[in-house]
Amino acid sequence: MIKAILIFNNHGKPRLIRFYQYFAEDMQQQIIRETFHLVSKRDDNVCNFLEGGSLIGGSDYKLIYRHYATLYFVFCVDSSESELGILDLIQVFVETLDKCFENVCELDLIFHMDKVHYILQEVVMGGMVLETNMNEIVAQVELQNRMEKSEGGLSGAPARAVSAVKNMNLPEMPRNINIGDINIKVPSLSPF
Amino acid sequence: MADSRRSAPLSWTNKPAAKMSDVVEKTLTALPSLLSLDSQPGSAKLSSSSKLGNLIRGITELTSKHEEEKLIQRELVSIKEQVSSPNTTMRQMKELMVRAIYCESLGYEASFSYIHAIKLAQQGTALEKRVGYLAVSLFLNENHELLLLLVNTVLKDLQSTNLIEVCMALTVVSQMFPKDMIPAILPLVEEKLNHPKEIIRRKAVLALYKFYLIAPNQVQHIHNKFRKALCDKDPGVMTASLHIYLQLIQENPDGYKDLTASFVTILKQVVGGKLPIDFNYHSVPAPWLQIQLLRILSLLGKNDQNASEIMYEILDESLQRAEMNHNITYAILYECVKCVYTIHPKSDLLEKAAKCIGNFVLSQKINLKYLGLKALTYVVQQDPKLALQHQMTIIECLDHSDLIIKRETVELLFRITNAQNVMVIVDKMLEFLRVSPDDYTTIDLTGKVAELAEKYAPDNEWFIETMNTVFSVGGDMMQPDIPNSFLKLLSEGFDGVEEDRKLRLFAVDSYVSLLRGEPGKLPQRFLQVISWVLGEYSHLMEELEPATVLRLLERLLDMKQTSSETKSWVLMAMTKLCEGGASVAVAQQVSETYISSMDTVLRQRAQELQHLSQDSELRARVLPRDADLEPQEVDSSLSFLDGFVSEALAAGAAPYKPPHQRQEELAQAKALSLEPYGLSLPISMASCSIADRQSPTLLSISSGLSGDSTELSHKGGPTTLKLDGVKRVWGREGYLRESVEEVAQVEVPSPLRSPSQQAGADSSHSQTPTPTPDPEQDKQQLASSLFFGLSSQSPMCLMGKPEPTPNRFRRKTKGQGSSSSATGQTPSPLSSSPSTVDDLLGDDLLDSSIPSEPSVSSSTITLELSQGFTATAHGPCDVEAELADSDVKESNPSPSEDDGLVAADPAPHEDPDRPEDPCLSSHLPAELCEHGHSEITPLCTNQSLELSACHVQKEDSLVFVIFICNSSAIQQIQLELHSEHLEVSCVSDSPEVDVSSHSVTVYQYSLTVKRPSVHVEVAGMVSYQLCDGTPQNLQFSYKLPLTSFIRPLTVSTEEYGTMWLDFCHDTKQNLTLISDGEEPLTATLNVLKRKLQLGVVEVIGMEGILACQLLKDQPCLMHCRVHAGLLAVWLRSPVPDLPDCLIYHCQRALQGD
Repeated sequence: MIKAILIFNNHGKPRLIRFYQYFAEDMQQQIIRETFHLVSKRDDNVCNFLEGGSLIGGSDYKLIYRHYATLYFVFCVDSSESELGILDLIQVFVETLDKCFENVCELDLIFHMDKVHYILQEVVMGGMVLETNMNEIVAQVELQNRMEKSEGGLSGAPARAVSAVKNMNLPEMPRNINIGDINIKVPSLSPF
Repeated sequence: MADSRRSAPLSWTNKPAAKMSDVVEKTLTALPSLLSLDSQPGSAKLSSSSKLGNLIRGITELTSKHEEEKLIQRELVSIKEQVSSPNTTMRQMKELMVRAIYCESLGYEASFSYIHAIKLAQQGTALEKRVGYLAVSLFLNENHELLLLLVNTVLKDLQSTNLIEVCMALTVVSQMFPKDMIPAILPLVEEKLNHPKEIIRRKAVLALYKFYLIAPNQVQHIHNKFRKALCDKDPGVMTASLHIYLQLIQENPDGYKDLTASFVTILKQVVGGKLPIDFNYHSVPAPWLQIQLLRILSLLGKNDQNASEIMYEILDESLQRAEMNHNITYAILYECVKCVYTIHPKSDLLEKAAKCIGNFVLSQKINLKYLGLKALTYVVQQDPKLALQHQMTIIECLDHSDLIIKRETVELLFRITNAQNVMVIVDKMLEFLRVSPDDYTTIDLTGKVAELAEKYAPDNEWFIETMNTVFSVGGDMMQPDIPNSFLKLLSEGFDGVEEDRKLRLFAVDSYVSLLRGEPGKLPQRFLQVISWVLGEYSHLMEELEPATVLRLLERLLDMKQTSSETKSWVLMAMTKLCEGGASVAVAQQVSETYISSMDTVLRQRAQELQHLSQDSELRARVLPRDADLEPQEVDSSLSFLDGFVSEALAAGAAPYKPPHQRQEELAQAKALSLEPYGLSLPISMASCSIADRQSPTLLSISSGLSGDSTELSHKGGPTTLKLDGVKRVWGREGYLRESVEEVAQVEVPSPLRSPSQQAGADSSHSQTPTPTPDPEQDKQQLASSLFFGLSSQSPMCLMGKPEPTPNRFRRKTKGQGSSSSATGQTPSPLSSSPSTVDDLLGDDLLDSSIPSEPSVSSSTITLELSQGFTATAHGPCDVEAELADSDVKESNPSPSEDDGLVAADPAPHEDPDRPEDPCLSSHLPAELCEHGHSEITPLCTNQSLELSACHVQKEDSLVFVIFICNSSAIQQIQLELHSEHLEVSCVSDSPEVDVSSHSVTVYQYSLTVKRPSVHVEVAGMVSYQLCDGTPQNLQFSYKLPLTSFIRPLTVSTEEYGTMWLDFCHDTKQNLTLISDGEEPLTATLNVLKRKLQLGVVEVIGMEGILACQLLKDQPCLMHCRVHAGLLAVWLRSPVPDLPDCLIYHCQRALQGD
């Protein structure tokens, strides 16, 4: 299970904090600080896994992180998650952010913290990985955004319309016909 | 759109991309203008009027934390004002909520907004609702009381026709939901499993999984629906359901074996590319799904050959298909390898997996190297040769720049440690400890080094030096049981007197030189260890003057950083040492300094020091040298305080109740405790263990958790550890599954160290690498010493595997703990009848002549009884003058305080002079004959009458039989019995009979105990008239041991547990164990069972519980445990004095042999 997802910048300023296990407010801040302390002193050419923090779950817990430009994306997970799997999930999450914000940068995360949360909710739900397919995640978020655009009494309608479209899919056809043709590869996507 | 993406300024790399950071820096500096210009492409409008924008801009302009705090507080005040204003619209509220979230994420509390977040979720439109739900899920936890207000909203939204609303409700429910309210929404969530939209079904499955995690009972009934979800036509729903199955199978693999084939089929389809292309990630089909499936399979195939065979094929395919081209395929491979090594082994798969691990370890990608090392650590138990293959890589990893890689390598080395390579490996571990300063590593590694040192130390010097390093590096962070077990090892000794002496001597030597150096740098715990060792053993070093040691210790007292706890250790050590002129002077001086200390403990120690330093005789008595070699005889029942206690009781003090009992009573005042024995005992007991008063309650806790309590039987050393080994799990196998942290301090009872292995250890010693100029050669040498003895035939000890190890510091096994005996390890079903008790003990262990069923032939009973009496005959017996026979036996003063013990020892049949009257027994009533009786003893005689008596032990009563045999004609014989201990009632009354000459009259009385005493006595008087009418009387008394009234009590362990807590009178004592070849505990319990008729309830490992009752219905419970070669017995009963009397008889019974 994922215990927490922390995004902070190179100076340790939290940009998105999501705990899936209850910690008191001051404990949360302490975890953020300790995690930042652990992660920030690591070079970029070392492995993306960290063990040995004692705040969340002790020996059963691991930090899996990626460093993108000014931001650290840190997932705190227990032993039931695959290390490399989570590492790629972070990649998926970031690519999704990139797609939704069209060239995401730290400012997007600051000013649209709520939207980042909504995107995250489509990736991880209650500590469990919900969706790993970027297109599917984007589709869900777009569905909600469309609702936003037509806000004002008709909130239910677009969703129903979209679902009607989606329901037209025949079982053997790939899902998400509406975005299925978009197959963008983020250009400089390197595995490490 | 795709093209514009390509020209994006952002590049996703791990390295700080110049572009992005440029952008951010630029934007941050130009923020004010940017905000007004609103030039951010793609981001929603950030007009200058945006409050959030202002806030963020304000924060970025700040320079100090303090200013930020001020700003945020101002912001919070403003938010507070607005949210509570009635004019604020929902739309504004939404914006305010985002600001509140922002403040909270920076660590400032905005608790006033919580209720408004809930309101927003309740009343807003879908979009506002979304913000409300988000705020709620970020602000509140599942125990927050406000959350109850959300339940209705969630209920409403779950029923909404708007998909988004349903999704939001499901999301919030899976994030946090009050446990008690689950039933309210459960049907609705369940219903969603049939929803036409897959996203809803998927979220519903995960929500249910969340429910399962927080309240498993609530979703018990929907397991079938989980199966339906697993078979869902949408792969996404199926994937979600795997979360549940992974958890369920982890908890109970046997319950889901039938699904093995299904999971294999699913994996086959996934690997075969049967899923829509949509599921591909970097052209790997549904990698996360594969990982999940492989994890499930490894759980199912563990220790199950049949299940494993089903999955061999697909594992093989997975291994082959996963080409090493992308991160995610490695993830799959890694799971595959772990699965192959977890399930029932298949050689060709193992081979492939081993090759895979090799690729991982050798990979240049550091993440893969890490996983390779992890995999290696995992498999090295089964395949030590694999580590051998990669030894050079491992050596390289040891010097890796990444601490995490190093750490993992050290962990791997820890697993392959044996007697041959221990020195090199420990060296490496300590080296790592010095470079890695974080607490967690220190705690973890010091424990492991201490464990290895104790297990494999090649010689004393090395051991002491290693432990010195552990103490100095581990400092005050390390687990407290490391110093404790170290001191215990020193004090208990191991291999023999001479070896012990050498070890101690070396320790003293080393500590003296440490103290002469810079003791100020040593951590407190180490100083405590040093003081204790010097206090105990510095006399071994003859050339060392006690005064010198005292002065060294005095220096410690003068240091600023010495804690008062350490000071009291130092003072204790000084007390042990002050001898002779110079040292007394030092001691006096020190004690004067501390005798007025504010710290009461220090003051106490100083007082002791002062007094004992002046009175060397007293000191020798109080602190005998080498006293710890033999456990001190201590009156653990504190009987010398009885007078004080009874005075206090008489003065109206409340009887003492142990803390756990008080607590229990408190708890019971509220609710009935239905928990079984042991488990209901509060752990707090653990902390009140006193060296010589081991509490059975504590022991029960440990026995509940460990079947193998050999290690638990520690002698109460000076620093007795409270919960030694409690965490340990059943049996040896359990260790293997445990994480390594758990196995610290495991002792492996091992056969004798073989000389050859010792030789090996020595040779390894000599192979310690010496620095050479050639680095490559250096590595080679390191490798040869690291992996020494890893070849297949060499003994390896992995995680405390019970393989024969040349364990240097074998603790002396006191009261040999045999876990092999049937009794030790069978947690048998609760014994409800004596026969099951027999099963428990194992028939072979029982004395064959001893019946266990109550209904057995009388002959055996007689035997039993007479044996019982034989035992008691050894008791202290004074004989009343009236008694004809004088079976006077001087024996050691009884620990029991019964004054003037009068024993009409019923049948000491070693006395040949005893007048036997076989014909009297023929007068015994027929119904009593079948029970067997004690020997008939004369009570008193005169010219006209002859009184004899015996007693008959029936199952439910004790019958006292008096035979009156007259030699001349007398009349109106009247018999009166009275006793201060016993209740006497007539059974067959012949209260007044004329006894014709030379006839025998039989009187029967039923006796029950009023007040227990070690021996109970019944006194009586016969009055009669001679033929001439003159009244005569004759007095007599008859004494019988309390044991005659003891019967086995059949209870189950649970009942025992409940009763145990109810009883308030208890006593404890250490008794000697009987060891006549048999397993000592069983032998001893058998003797008690036979001689005292105690019923054995259960025997677990080194502990046994017994129960008996004093006629009628006065139970007494006994808990015994083998501890340091003695049997620690704790008796409890509702009847005052009963435990004390019984313990006396137990002592007799055991000494009698």
